[in-house]
Amino acid sequence: MENAIEISGVSKTFPGMDKPALNAINAGIQPGVITGLVGPDGAGKTTLIRLIAGLLLPSLGHISVRGLDTVKDANKLHDILGYMPQKFGLYEDLTVMENLDLYAKLHGFGGKEKEAAFESMLRFTSLKPFIHRLAGNLSGGMKQKLGLACSLLSRPQVLLLDEPSVGVDPLSRRELWKMVQELVKEGMCVVWSTAYLDEADKCHQVLLLNEGKLLFHGPPKDLTNRVRGRVFLMDAAPGAHRKLLSELISRPGIVDGVIQGKKIRIVCAPSQCPEPQDPEWQVTEPRFEDAFVDILGGGPKQHSILSQHIVNKTKKNSPIQAIHLTKQFGDFTAASDVSFSVQRGEIFGLLGPNGAGKSTIFKMLCGLLQPTSGKALVSGFDLKTATSKARSRIGYMAQKFSLYSDLSVRENLNFFSGVYGLTGQMRWEQINLMTTIFDLRPYLESNAGALPLGFKQRLALACAVMHNPDVLFLDEPTSGVDPITRREFWNHINGMVEKGVTIMVTTHFMDEAEYCDRISLIYAGQSIATGTPDQLKDAATSEDQPNPTLEDAFITLIERSDEMQEERAQA
Amino acid sequence: MNSFSFQRFFAYLQKEFKQIMRDPSTLLIAFVLPLIMIFLFGYGVSLDADKIKIGIILEDTSTEARSLVNAFLATPYFDGRTGYDRLALEEDLTAGRLRGVVAIPSDFSRNINRGTKATIQVMLDGSETNTAKFVLNYAEGVVANWNLQRGIEKTPLPPPPIKLEPRIWFNPELSSRNVLLPGSVAIIMSLIGTLLTALVVAREWERGTMEAMMSTPIRIREMLLGKLIPYFLLGLGSMSLCVSLSVTLFGVPFRGSYLVLLLATSGFLLASLGQGLLISTLTRNQFVAGQIAIMAGFLPAFILSGFIFEISSMPWPIQAITYLLPPRYFVTILQSAFLAGVIWDLIIPNFLAMLVIASFFFIITARKTVKRLD
Repeated sequence: MENAIEISGVSKTFPGMDKPALNAINAGIQPGVITGLVGPDGAGKTTLIRLIAGLLLPSLGHISVRGLDTVKDANKLHDILGYMPQKFGLYEDLTVMENLDLYAKLHGFGGKEKEAAFESMLRFTSLKPFIHRLAGNLSGGMKQKLGLACSLLSRPQVLLLDEPSVGVDPLSRRELWKMVQELVKEGMCVVWSTAYLDEADKCHQVLLLNEGKLLFHGPPKDLTNRVRGRVFLMDAAPGAHRKLLSELISRPGIVDGVIQGKKIRIVCAPSQCPEPQDPEWQVTEPRFEDAFVDILGGGPKQHSILSQHIVNKTKKNSPIQAIHLTKQFGDFTAASDVSFSVQRGEIFGLLGPNGAGKSTIFKMLCGLLQPTSGKALVSGFDLKTATSKARSRIGYMAQKFSLYSDLSVRENLNFFSGVYGLTGQMRWEQINLMTTIFDLRPYLESNAGALPLGFKQRLALACAVMHNPDVLFLDEPTSGVDPITRREFWNHINGMVEKGVTIMVTTHFMDEAEYCDRISLIYAGQSIATGTPDQLKDAATSEDQPNPTLEDAFITLIERSDEMQEERAQA
Repeated sequence: MNSFSFQRFFAYLQKEFKQIMRDPSTLLIAFVLPLIMIFLFGYGVSLDADKIKIGIILEDTSTEARSLVNAFLATPYFDGRTGYDRLALEEDLTAGRLRGVVAIPSDFSRNINRGTKATIQVMLDGSETNTAKFVLNYAEGVVANWNLQRGIEKTPLPPPPIKLEPRIWFNPELSSRNVLLPGSVAIIMSLIGTLLTALVVAREWERGTMEAMMSTPIRIREMLLGKLIPYFLLGLGSMSLCVSLSVTLFGVPFRGSYLVLLLATSGFLLASLGQGLLISTLTRNQFVAGQIAIMAGFLPAFILSGFIFEISSMPWPIQAITYLLPPRYFVTILQSAFLAGVIWDLIIPNFLAMLVIASFFFIITARKTVKRLD
């Protein structure tokens, strides 16, 4: 089949940057399939999409879309192009209908034709009940659907989606995926950029970018097959899985290792695989992520140095307790009667769709929100009455790292150590230690805002753990971060947990949820299921779904809760 | 291919109107801001002085001295307070409770009766230059008047050979408000005009909608025109508000033609909306755009438009800069429209100058807005 998009020798250099954002890319993209654009942060995914959309000029080379040059024929190109940028491109102060109307008219639709297009789009996206709602008041998943609808109104031949699923829960993500699959059946060319590697696995073709270079182009299976026979699962004794993992990854010949429920998933280097008969090592079906980490050079290779400097936590009491936590905002109940207790040295995850209330619960537990009723205890201290005592036991790492981007790394460390009450010799020692552990020395004088993403994350973690907290709160800690950096991060976390630090985490990444000892699934302000990842998977196992992933479990449990709600309403 | 599509243009225009109606900040800038400012200028700023507080020290209590004191107390310009304690009144002057102190020394009546020259002392607060000058002038006037009166009482003077009869054109009451308000309308409008559009393009960049717009078939000129027209109409609204308040509430005379005023306002709005659009296009950031709009729109208008400071008394390099500022031309047109009537010789060159500046801004904006991100 003839390619819909031809990329020939394209490089892009932005002024003031020493390395090109894209370096000599050659690729052809087919119509009628979904082509995934994957790679770590800053790999050049957005730059490539904007180049294809004619929104950036290539420094070298050229791109043609359906025979139209993206520079010379930009106007014609925009007639056949649908593009959804990262923020969806919606006018938040216009209603759903008004947004659709605007985009339809800009594409030259009117009258009957327009009405028909609206009708099919609204049915397609099931947004019909919401047409008079302001786009700004829609949930993340609905915004994403509306954004897609707006870019589809003109029946484009080429559809470009820039990270359409970032910050969107698995449920909405899966719906979007189904919608786009409908479209490619009709011959549309779809480019889908993503940080979720399970999505890449489902694409027909994949372009894998790293540091502006195209590392791989082809069906994801071809990449996955490169590690076939090198991926193993190992059973670990209960409670010993983290120790085993950190021991395994420091062995030579091991490329990657992650926790998967009770088991440990290992990728070995080509010539270093164990004997096939070894009963401890069970060969398993490779995933795209295994191959991705392999091609990028593997995950962290040694035990976290950070954990060696963490003081052992030996207190007996349970560090985090939620007792009938309820939070109301006016008439709206954001969290209703949530209770659980987290054990020392446990990783506890809060999962749930956007707007389900997990951030509300999370904020009540770390003292950022006062509960309407109920109690939140940290290390036995009530966050309502002994706020500062409780807080001195807490380390908090917010979404997007909340560093001061115009302060230098040294100044950030100084500031946060001061905030957490470290003084004198102790402060100096801790700052020095963090600098060594996280390799921050070369960056000490640079502004935090200018750091590469991985280093930003290290610095944020350093700031959160400097005062030796009992409990660490992580709010979507690796959102938008590539798998390599995420592994490094979890390596540190695992090491700290070994020392008895307790972790509370919210996340949208299912592989991150696999690191949790226990998960509470939050939906509509309530905890609808709590258990180990494997227990949740078991709960969702059925005849149609004999071997569910954690994402399958997530979706099944939520759908089940919806059905129960309906039955109760009918009764 | 590069054709102008009315359907796209109207769609964009409609969107822009809806956003304006739903965004309180735009309406605030267009209608509440001018209201506040016209009240500030109308009530707060005045270059006239009356009822200035002064103190009079009486070290002489003779009839002559008392009669001079009465002369000071009788003028409407002074709010006088007499006292015998020099130190207390001087302290009030230092503390700013009095703007001037007149001291009548103990040898005052003796000198007068002896026929020698009698002196009185006037102490002024030099930190308020304008007021100090007023006090001095008025005090001299009071004394001259008093001298005259005394002369008439004693021996009639011969009539003066020349009598000066001043006639003041355009503003016979010499009320500074009549000059200040039309000027301040120009200042208010340059702030509003620049601020209105400075935020709109930057907002679309910040919210990510610009990127989406650029991938649609819309053309740059459809977009720019769609941005300009709604804010042009809003600007006309603010202008009507300012003018009607000046005339009805503050009683400033309007002697010109409303049609000419509309024409001049249109020219001015094009220039200052164009300036705002350019700022917005270049900064792509609402906060920075807002700051620059105030710096570039309001400050030069206030200082360099001839509104408060006479342009002809500025050094020539500064005078040269004033030619680049649309408010300079607008202040002139407005002051004449209010106080003098329609003077074509004045209106036409000033109007043309504003159009030239407006087209300059639009050409640069259109050049700088390409349907690309870099």
